[in-house]
Amino acid sequence: MQETLPPLLQETGIPPHEYREIVRLLGREPNRLELYLFKVMWSEHCAYKNSRPLLRLLPKEGPAVLQGPGENAGVVEIGEGWAVAFKIESHNHPSAVEPVQGAATGVGGIIRDIVAMGARPIALLNSLRFGRPEDPRTRYLLRGVVEGIAHYGNAIGVPTVGGEVYFHPGYQENPLVNAMCVGLLRVEELKRSRASRARPVYYVGSKTGRDGIGGAAFASEELSEENESKRPSVQVGDPFMGKLTLEVTLEAIRQGLVEGVQDMGAAGLTSSLSEMAHKSGLGLELDLDRVPRREPGMTPLELMLSESQERMVLVPRPGKEKDLEALAARFGLDAVPVAHMIAEPVFRVVAGGEVVAEVPTQALAEAPTYVREGREDPAIAQARAQDLSGLPLPQDLQGALLRLLASPNLCSRAPVFERYDHQVGTNTVLLPGKGDAAVLRIKGTRRAIAVKVDANPRYCRLFPRLGAMHALAEAARNVSVVGARPLAYTDGLNLGNPETPEGYFELSETIHGLAEASRALGLPVVSGNVSLYNEGPNHRIPPTPMVGVVGLLEEVERRAELGFCKEGAFVVLIGPEEGHLGASEYLWLEHGLEAGSPPPLELALEVRVQAAIRELIGRGWVQTAHDVAEGGLAVALTEMCLPYGLGATVELRSPARPDALLFGEAPSRVLFTVDQAYLQASAEYLEGLGVPYRILGQVGGDRLTILLPKARLEWSVDDLRRAWEAPLREVLP
Amino acid sequence: MRVAVVQFPGSNCDQDTLWALRLVGLQAELVWHTEGSLEGFQAAILPGGFSYGDYLRAGALAKFSPVMQEVRRLASRGYPVVGICNGFQVLTEAGLLPGALLANTNLHFTCKEVFVRVERIDLPFTSGYSPGQLLRLPIAHGEGRYYADAETLERLEQNHQVVFRYAPPPSTPEATGYNPNGSLHDIAGIVNEKGNVLGMMPHPERAVEEVLGGTDGLGLFRSLKAALEVLLA
Repeated sequence: MQETLPPLLQETGIPPHEYREIVRLLGREPNRLELYLFKVMWSEHCAYKNSRPLLRLLPKEGPAVLQGPGENAGVVEIGEGWAVAFKIESHNHPSAVEPVQGAATGVGGIIRDIVAMGARPIALLNSLRFGRPEDPRTRYLLRGVVEGIAHYGNAIGVPTVGGEVYFHPGYQENPLVNAMCVGLLRVEELKRSRASRARPVYYVGSKTGRDGIGGAAFASEELSEENESKRPSVQVGDPFMGKLTLEVTLEAIRQGLVEGVQDMGAAGLTSSLSEMAHKSGLGLELDLDRVPRREPGMTPLELMLSESQERMVLVPRPGKEKDLEALAARFGLDAVPVAHMIAEPVFRVVAGGEVVAEVPTQALAEAPTYVREGREDPAIAQARAQDLSGLPLPQDLQGALLRLLASPNLCSRAPVFERYDHQVGTNTVLLPGKGDAAVLRIKGTRRAIAVKVDANPRYCRLFPRLGAMHALAEAARNVSVVGARPLAYTDGLNLGNPETPEGYFELSETIHGLAEASRALGLPVVSGNVSLYNEGPNHRIPPTPMVGVVGLLEEVERRAELGFCKEGAFVVLIGPEEGHLGASEYLWLEHGLEAGSPPPLELALEVRVQAAIRELIGRGWVQTAHDVAEGGLAVALTEMCLPYGLGATVELRSPARPDALLFGEAPSRVLFTVDQAYLQASAEYLEGLGVPYRILGQVGGDRLTILLPKARLEWSVDDLRRAWEAPLREVLP
Repeated sequence: MRVAVVQFPGSNCDQDTLWALRLVGLQAELVWHTEGSLEGFQAAILPGGFSYGDYLRAGALAKFSPVMQEVRRLASRGYPVVGICNGFQVLTEAGLLPGALLANTNLHFTCKEVFVRVERIDLPFTSGYSPGQLLRLPIAHGEGRYYADAETLERLEQNHQVVFRYAPPPSTPEATGYNPNGSLHDIAGIVNEKGNVLGMMPHPERAVEEVLGGTDGLGLFRSLKAALEVLLA
């Protein structure tokens, strides 16, 4: 086989054993176009070749789930006839090469996925990872990515309500840009990627050009020195056309004009049409001569591989074809029947009246999967096992807090989120920085949803399985801490090359960890994305499972934000005073060490802690609550002082080392405030649940005072604010 | 009394504006930009967003939409017309208001809360406020720096056409740096000479409910309702 077509195999990069499989499935040699169809459909990005067997481990069922993984997005019910569709997706490699357009089209793509479910997008979030913050290229990438997200999200009119930015040397060669979108729909308007027999299939939206050719395949390779030459693989976004396409699609659904919807995303016409045919159990014949195009002379191969943006596939109900065309015309968009469904289960492409490709839909949809041998990188096992008991005791606790607050990973994110419109749609209840999770009310009801995306690269690098468990637990905790009950999650799994034993080990461990935490927390996954091959010539990225949790608040008034707002309120800590120094931000910042094990996570306790804080908020006793995360108690207390400039005085009594008390990290910890009137009732409630807690002190004044067994520390809130606000403002003025 | 909320392709605050108008009990409807008549409407609002994708220049293409003829007609007859954010940009491009809105001095889109001072309360948009009242309102724009030549500015000031001015927060009245975009004379909103056409960069429709964090925008919609009731009485 290798002898017959070596140049074409070399050109497409399809491995010989997969080529043999293609020949077996077709019963003949593929032509060049057909081989390219396989190349993109069997790419890791489209086919999940290395992750699919592992993803089976994740729980996908739950009482609220209307649609699990496998469609354009997952859907969960939130009551009163409403549901939310949500999904996270990566756009890492395009953003590494062309940060503005890479990030912009990442946002556009995830919005179309949500629209394809029949949902109106109501919120965007993003999760970004960059390398060393002092490096000029990191600054260039950060500025570009933020500009791209703002450019697309602001213009299309979907608020960007939350996100996270992390800096870690492991992302130096391969930054991560994941975007998450949440949409709202009536349960009865839920749409899927389906079409019935003989139906015409419409192409709606922008015309097809030569941009983004081969993007899905590009996403499935390691980044190399030739990155710059991959620029033509990056798509170009047009939020104006995206907005028109969104409105036409949602209006067509509202008017009952369509039976099926599919986003045209990665691998363009090839993927959207062949997948819809496969899911419908039918075949499809595509007439390329009808495809609207931007430029003359495009070959069938270019048309099939183009990832031009702002395109949707709509299947009209019988007799509604003209209505659909008229609706699109009103918005000045193309709506062209480019294909029709056929009974024979093949994907047939016609150009100039001739069949140029014909492949069984099943063969395209069912790429081979791989289960590999994993092996942990011994250097990582060694770093995790490092004994930290000999760590010198800190000399300057006072200054350490200011340095932590000014660290790139903990400082204020305002310079980033001020560039995003976070209020358009007038549903944003908790603005960015005001709560542990974004809260969006549902108009016409008393309900709201809470959303949070999270992952700690240090935990995940040192202990992939435990790190993944922490990611889900913390995102869920953040949702609980605003008062919402977590319903389900979406996972953006970003990892290195699965063909190396170390890369496969991290992939496998990450998914095993997520599965364990999912089961314990009772949270199903409803959608997600796997992005592998995230590595450059020298580094594999830390495993990065970006977990996006969506929760429900039945009464939007019963919620909590994080800022101290009432003098005299009591400050209570759920969980132990002492944290762990292993894998902590403090250890990295003050000692330059990324070592030790991340803190242990007791999932049964985590469940109780989250239930407890939700209940306290739900009873109306608590309106201020905050998760204790990176930087430990001292940083969490500071974060509570900053929003309203109110200080506090607290006393810590544990005999532990002072740095572990102030800056040590541990899960299942929540700070909240409660008025005298509900203090005793809250304490009794927590005791009844068997949740450990301690009353630390009271809110008041304009200083944060922390009393330790052998020290008294005091900062003015203004000093804390100055340290926290400055660093990112310098990069994003 | 009916208020038209004009939808250009790319408008994205149209639904939010409709919601705010209906919240105060006004009858409001969306009107697509190709509409040739605003017969039966007694007020028009041009909402925020990115009409025509801000291509060429923010607001520059929307002024050619067929509906703008009718917006001019309403304005010339003395009916209230409001442009919010991108709508303000459209009104200046269309020559219904003087001056122009240039790129913010920080050169990027900025979304945050600001304070504005109400300079006039004898208008159909501000009668519900008190003189000099400070409003906390959100802004969300990349091109909101109000600019006009010295002569125009002087005329605006003399005629008291500046309705809203950026101001320091009440907690720190001496603070500087409160002007978020570099607008001349701290201008956040102006009216035409007749006082029936208002353009403003802040988003009053985003501050109409406690659950959204503030209600300082409500006064504008309530004032409009009261004015329309008088107009039609």
